[in-house]
Amino acid sequence: MKENMRTHKIIVTITFLYLFIPLLATFLYSLSTTWNKTILPEGLTLKWFVDLYNDPRFIDALWRTIQLTGGTMIVSILIMVPAIFAITVYAPKYEKWLQTIVLFPYAMPGVVAAVGLLSIYSKSGIPMVIVLAGSYFVLILPFMYQGVRNSLRTVNAKTLVEAAELLGASRSTAFWKVIVPNITPGIMVSSLLSFSVLFGEFVLANILVGGSFETIQIYLYRRLRESGHLSSAIVVSYFLLLLVLSWIMVRFSRRGTLKLKKKEPIV
Amino acid sequence: MKKKTNGFLWLTATPFFVLIIGFLFLPFIAMIISSFKKNGEAGFSLFNYTEVFTNKFYLQAIGNSVLISFTASLIGILVAVFVAYSFTKFSPKVQERLLLLANMTSNFAGVPLAFAYIVLLGTSGLFTILFNELSIGFLQGFNLYSWFGLVIIYIYFQIPLAIMLLYPIYLGIEKRWKEAATLLGASPLQFWLKIGIPFILPGIAGTFSILFANAMGAYATAYALVGSNFNLLPIRIGALISGDIFAQPELGSALAVFLGVSMIIALLINEWLMRLVRRDLA
Repeated sequence: MKENMRTHKIIVTITFLYLFIPLLATFLYSLSTTWNKTILPEGLTLKWFVDLYNDPRFIDALWRTIQLTGGTMIVSILIMVPAIFAITVYAPKYEKWLQTIVLFPYAMPGVVAAVGLLSIYSKSGIPMVIVLAGSYFVLILPFMYQGVRNSLRTVNAKTLVEAAELLGASRSTAFWKVIVPNITPGIMVSSLLSFSVLFGEFVLANILVGGSFETIQIYLYRRLRESGHLSSAIVVSYFLLLLVLSWIMVRFSRRGTLKLKKKEPIV
Repeated sequence: MKKKTNGFLWLTATPFFVLIIGFLFLPFIAMIISSFKKNGEAGFSLFNYTEVFTNKFYLQAIGNSVLISFTASLIGILVAVFVAYSFTKFSPKVQERLLLLANMTSNFAGVPLAFAYIVLLGTSGLFTILFNELSIGFLQGFNLYSWFGLVIIYIYFQIPLAIMLLYPIYLGIEKRWKEAATLLGASPLQFWLKIGIPFILPGIAGTFSILFANAMGAYATAYALVGSNFNLLPIRIGALISGDIFAQPELGSALAVFLGVSMIIALLINEWLMRLVRRDLA
């Protein structure tokens, strides 16, 4: 038995070594002066990070990304949460439909979605940034739906609403005063997940708006060939952000009503 | 009473469905319609589809995509079958952490991933230099910007995803089964051959179909690595709709419909196989 456990430890260690080597290499690269002939970097420096954070183009791209993803997130939460709540509680017979609809974005990879969006909106006069935001709404729908529905189920939304209504609350009061405070932790988790998905989105942004609205991913793509060190500084910053986000997510899901349950397969 | 319910329902559901229709269904329908139109002509035709299935260039793109996705998914799942099983041997607390790490690395895809591999294995990459210094024969000629290189990167993003999808399936194998089998005189090998593997096989096949769909639709990684030079299905679609001179959105639509349909088939296969697993569990 002991011998067996050692095998499993070795397997897991090798796997994570394999998975983390590209990250570590990028990290080291972002801290090195020059590194293209020798096995180890010739020197260490923070220059690339200083350069990056002083580059107005980077700051602009970051700001655009935050506006785009933040704006999309706020609108999505305000529209999705009440709608999913209302359908689950007041029109449960349509829930099955909703579950099917939610699977659609999975079957549509970015390129396919972009083809459809371009063919309908490219000559419509609607700014492509708005179209991009709309496509992001659809992109995060599965994550948001799963999160909201799980939270509603964990807090027994139906019973809560019935109790609130018996005590004389209106439908919207019941929703805002009783349901929302109870499902906020769950919503936070799926929002953070959605946020990290949108933050790393490249395909739709590149095809729909490209250089006319340079997001952080497009900025990274364009910098790739110019300066490797600078690019690695971007990748490292991006990954640190992901790290912080997933840490917050775990925190929330532990503290909140939503417990980290056995993960069901995504689809 | 009834009226009030409907009021709240309508008020909340309307904007929700307007956005879904506007950004999911209408574009999808528009794409299908466009795929049946010949560039610059009114009326419907099958021109784009005949073009897709007779033109060697597009057939090659489809073939390449299928081949690369199949290879990467197969290797990914072979690795994950063992790793996910090893995960289940740790204490629940450690398991949770391992899953968190796997989840984190599965976010590492697209442009950043392509870049990391350039740093590692590109022309003046870290490992490339190392291999040259050590003169490791067959690795010296390694070229990241080749099919082999692309498969290597695809495997990287398949493994964590496969682990996370397979892990819950292993949890379905109960300790009791193993104990019962042992009591009845089965060796561990017999247990796996007769009970374990038949039980997880549909789950493995289902996960494979998701991995395959995931790789078929992947665009950013290959695009970041070599731009439009690789003849892959998603890359071709992207070039057909966004190229300035050679834009042929109708043809791109036909290819996109083909890709979308193959994804839906892959996901339906997964649905069906997962139902088999769940039925066994019930």
